[in-house]
Amino acid sequence: MADGTAPEGTDKGAIQAPYVSISRVGKTYASPRGAVPALVDISLDIAPGEFISVVGPSGCGKSTLLKLVAGLEEPSAGTLKVAGRPLKGPPDNLAVVFQRDVLLDWRTILDNVLLSIEFMGLPRAKYKDRAVALLQRFGLGGFEHRFPWELSGGMRQRASICRALLSDPELLLMDEPFGALDAMTRDDLNIELARIWQETRKTLLFITHSIAEAVFLSDRVVMMGKAPGMVVDVIRIDLPRPRSLASRETAEFVEYVARIRHHFAELGIVKE
Amino acid sequence: MLRRLFTSDNEVRDIIAVILASLVLWEVAVRVLAPSPLILPSPSGIALAFWETPVVFLRHLGFTLLTTVVGFASAVVLGVLLAVGIVYSRFLERTVYTLLVALNSIPKVALAPLFVIWMGTGTEPKIAIALMLALFPIVIDMVLGLRSVDPDMLALARVSKASPLAVLFKIRFPCALPSLFAGMKVAISFALVGAIVGEFVAGSKGLGFQILIAQGQFDTVRVFVSLVLLGVVGTLLFFLVDYAERLLLPWHFSQRTRSEAVRGA
Repeated sequence: MADGTAPEGTDKGAIQAPYVSISRVGKTYASPRGAVPALVDISLDIAPGEFISVVGPSGCGKSTLLKLVAGLEEPSAGTLKVAGRPLKGPPDNLAVVFQRDVLLDWRTILDNVLLSIEFMGLPRAKYKDRAVALLQRFGLGGFEHRFPWELSGGMRQRASICRALLSDPELLLMDEPFGALDAMTRDDLNIELARIWQETRKTLLFITHSIAEAVFLSDRVVMMGKAPGMVVDVIRIDLPRPRSLASRETAEFVEYVARIRHHFAELGIVKE
Repeated sequence: MLRRLFTSDNEVRDIIAVILASLVLWEVAVRVLAPSPLILPSPSGIALAFWETPVVFLRHLGFTLLTTVVGFASAVVLGVLLAVGIVYSRFLERTVYTLLVALNSIPKVALAPLFVIWMGTGTEPKIAIALMLALFPIVIDMVLGLRSVDPDMLALARVSKASPLAVLFKIRFPCALPSLFAGMKVAISFALVGAIVGEFVAGSKGLGFQILIAQGQFDTVRVFVSLVLLGVVGTLLFFLVDYAERLLLPWHFSQRTRSEAVRGA
C-alpha cells in the first residue's frame, strides 16, 4: 500500500524524502527498580533503497531499535515514520528476518516460504512460482519439499530470507541474521545478501555485532554505545559497488573496519 | 524415514526380554519356594485361570477399556478447548486455570464416591472419573505447549498482519502438539486408573469389579489375571498414543531424545 513517495510531493529532486525517519526516539522499560532507559535520543533517517547497518556491543539496544521500526514496540519518546506515515503497529510492505530462522518444523521449505503470504491473506497459488524461483536463486532448488529439520543452519536461514523477500517488501529489517552461523556460511550469505540488495534495492536495516560485516554490506554504518543505548557515530562507507569477497581485502575496507574499531575503543565501548 | 520410525526397535526388544526373564524367574521361584497359592500364584497358573473363562475376562476387560477410552477422548477434547480458552482469555486463566492447578494437588481418586452420589452406579460416573483424572495433565501440558511458541515467530505473524485464528491454527496449535502428546501419554494411564477406581467404588462390570469379587473369595489367581490384563492393556494404550505421535509428528520424533520417549511411561 505504501507508495514510497514523499507524502506532500514537494521535496522531490535533489533531497529524497527518507523512507524511514527516526526522530529523537527513546525507549524506557519499567523494572522493579524503576525505569531503565534502553534507548536515548536516537535520530536517523534512512533513504529509500539505502543499506544501513547498526553495530554495537551486546545490550546496546540495537534489537530494540529494530523492534521499534518494525512497529512491534512503541517508543517512549520521539516519533517514528515509515513512508512518511507515523507508525501505528507494523507498517505495510515490511519484512523481518531474525537471528533464529523460526521456520515451522511441520511445514516443507516451500510452505514455510509461503507462510507470510498466507498470513497477509494473499493467494498462495499466485506466489508459488515466485517462491520456487527465490529458493532456486538462494541455492535451495530441489529442497522445496524437504522439511527444515532436514536442512543445515545456513540453508534454513536462506529459506527464512526467501520468506521475507517473497512479498517483495519495501523495507527489510534483519536482526543479526547470520549471528548463529559458522564463518564460511556467513561469508556466503553476506555475498548473497549484497547481490540481492544490488538487484532489488530494498531499504535495509541490518543489525549486527560484526564490524566487518557491517562495512562490507552497508552504505552507512550506525555505531551504537550501551547503557543507555545511543548513536555514537554514523560512518558513510564509500566502497565501490557491487562488492565481492575481494572488496574485503582492499586497503579501504581494512581501514574502515579499523577506524570503526578504534572509534569504539576511544569511546571505551570495546577494549582494544 | 521408515528407519527413523523404527529406531526404537532395540528398546522394545529390551523391554520384552526383561519381561520374559522376570516371568521365568517368577515361575521358577514359585515352583521352588512353593508359597501358598493364596499369596502368590505362578505365571502358568495365572494363564490357566484365564483360559478357564476367557470370555468372562475379556467382556469385563472390554467394559473397562470402553470406559477408559471414552473418558480419555472426552478429556482430550475438553482439555484442548479449555487450554485454548485459558491461553487466549485472561479471565479464564485467572479463574479456571488457577482452580485447576489448585485442584491438581488434591488426591482426585478420593472424589470418586462423590461421582457415585451424583451420577449413580452406571457407566457415566466411571467415565466421569476417568475424564477427571485424564483432564489435568492434558490441560496443563496443552497450556504449556500453546505458550511455548517462539516470540520471534509471533513477531513474524504480527509483521505479516496474521489474524488471531491463523496464529492459533498455523502456529500455536501445531507448536503445542508435542506437549499435548506428552500430556496424553500421562492421561491415558490416568484414565485407566480412573475407570478401575470407578469400578471399585460401585460397579457390576469391569476388571476393577472382577478384582473386588475375586478378592472377596480369596481367589488370588483371578485377581492376578485381571492385573495382568490391565497391565497389558495399559501398556498397549500407552504405545498406541506413542505410535500416533510418531505418525502425526515426524518432525518432533526426529528431534526428541530417547530419554524423553520413556518419560511418560
